[in-house]
Amino acid sequence: MGKQRVKFTFEETLVKQPVIYELGQKFKIVTNIRRAEVGEDVGWVILELEGDDPEIQKGLEWVSSTGVRVDPLGGDVIDG
Amino acid sequence: MAFINGLKCRECGREYPAEPLNVCEFCFGPLEVVYDYATISEVVSQDSISKGPLSIWRYKDLLPANGDDPVDIMAGFTPLIKARGLGKQLGLNNLYIKNDSVNPSFSFKDRVVSVAATKALEFGYTTIACASTGNLACSVAAHCARAGVRAIVFIPSDLERGKIVGAAIYNPILVSVEGSYDQVNRLCSELADDYPWAFVNINMRPYYAEGSKTLGYEVAEQLGWRLPDHVVVPSASGAMFTKIWKGFNELACLGLLDGVDGSSFGVDQNTVHHPAVTTRMHMQQAEGCSPIAYAWANNQSQVKAVQANSIAKSLAIGNPADGIYAIKVIEKSQGSAYAVPENEIVNGIKLLAETEGIFTETAGGVTISGLKNLADSGAIKPDDLTVVYITGNGLKTIEAVEEVVNPLSIKPSMRSFEEMFEGAK
Repeated sequence: MGKQRVKFTFEETLVKQPVIYELGQKFKIVTNIRRAEVGEDVGWVILELEGDDPEIQKGLEWVSSTGVRVDPLGGDVIDG
Repeated sequence: MAFINGLKCRECGREYPAEPLNVCEFCFGPLEVVYDYATISEVVSQDSISKGPLSIWRYKDLLPANGDDPVDIMAGFTPLIKARGLGKQLGLNNLYIKNDSVNPSFSFKDRVVSVAATKALEFGYTTIACASTGNLACSVAAHCARAGVRAIVFIPSDLERGKIVGAAIYNPILVSVEGSYDQVNRLCSELADDYPWAFVNINMRPYYAEGSKTLGYEVAEQLGWRLPDHVVVPSASGAMFTKIWKGFNELACLGLLDGVDGSSFGVDQNTVHHPAVTTRMHMQQAEGCSPIAYAWANNQSQVKAVQANSIAKSLAIGNPADGIYAIKVIEKSQGSAYAVPENEIVNGIKLLAETEGIFTETAGGVTISGLKNLADSGAIKPDDLTVVYITGNGLKTIEAVEEVVNPLSIKPSMRSFEEMFEGAK
């Protein structure tokens, strides 16, 4: 079992989609929301995912395929 | 010794010991260094600073690592130059350039890496790592060479040759990752969790970022312990921008500016604003990667991540960690943020080179074009004391300006030269 901390960013059209619920239903992943904010045209959720590493990878690929942006916690780590 | 009490979450305020951590275990908010300013105020003075080395370590009492034995390749204390030629061109009579392109590995990254590397050795690490598209890679590799520790540098596989050579010359373990920017980003984030390395901009980030405060300290000291009316700063993650502001406010609160009485730092050291600090902070981003400038222009409370597509690769951070904090600094300082059109970046590089003899990289082109916009719009008045930060050297991005190579060609004879020369007059 591994853990991964990620940030999901939802565009306005996706804010109403139950993406995190479906992530837990479609994959063997436990989702644990730590912080979130929903604005007028964008929302984000910072959460921890727990599960087998391949399952987390598959789950994150599915989240990306829905149009939700997936980023590592704390912004880009590649620096100039 | 470092005068720090530990780390504190910027979002929920939970406190942690000074360890290699960068996020709060509770809310995953970013951690910031907490200083013991009461002790610092007893030991630091203009005089103590002026007796220090000509590097960032002259401000050792204000940095979060032990400055008595730093990993130091003499980063910092770079020239502050009165820009008469550029000033005349832009109608600014009181313009200065902080030329940080002359740092040992040719960018401001030497400041932050020197602090991070020093702290990493304090923590007992024997490997220092980073993920970079250029400047950071060079600086980490150089500091590790100096310290005699292992450097592991991750780079995207499509990085320009010049930048790879600039890092490889210091003999780090250089890992070229095939994949998209996002994939490299995610991989490095996972590696930082799994390997016992000091990742300078991940688990060392609270300490690393503080190195940028010295850009504020030096400008104040070089101006005779006073602050400018305006600063113009390039921005990627927003960290350097916020730390320059923090540096100005620390100097004011500690009573280190001429004619300014010190004051308490209040309950939140990271958001303190001394009333004597009236410098307007102007952020410049490249249009092809301008999430902070976009949020500012559209009055948004969140900074929306973007896919970077800019020639200013050293500024190409689509998901800026300190974006929202940078916006708060703009608000407090009554500053601004601007997205410089991509087709103006090279013009900015040329303008600086032709008027001041300074060759900057694409990020500097962004900054100079942004400065021109501020001058043209009247946001900066002709006699305002203005400092523009040039943070990287032009030799890192020569491909952006190759068009300037257009020599006059002659045969090896006096006649050929004279014919050409007369024609060229």
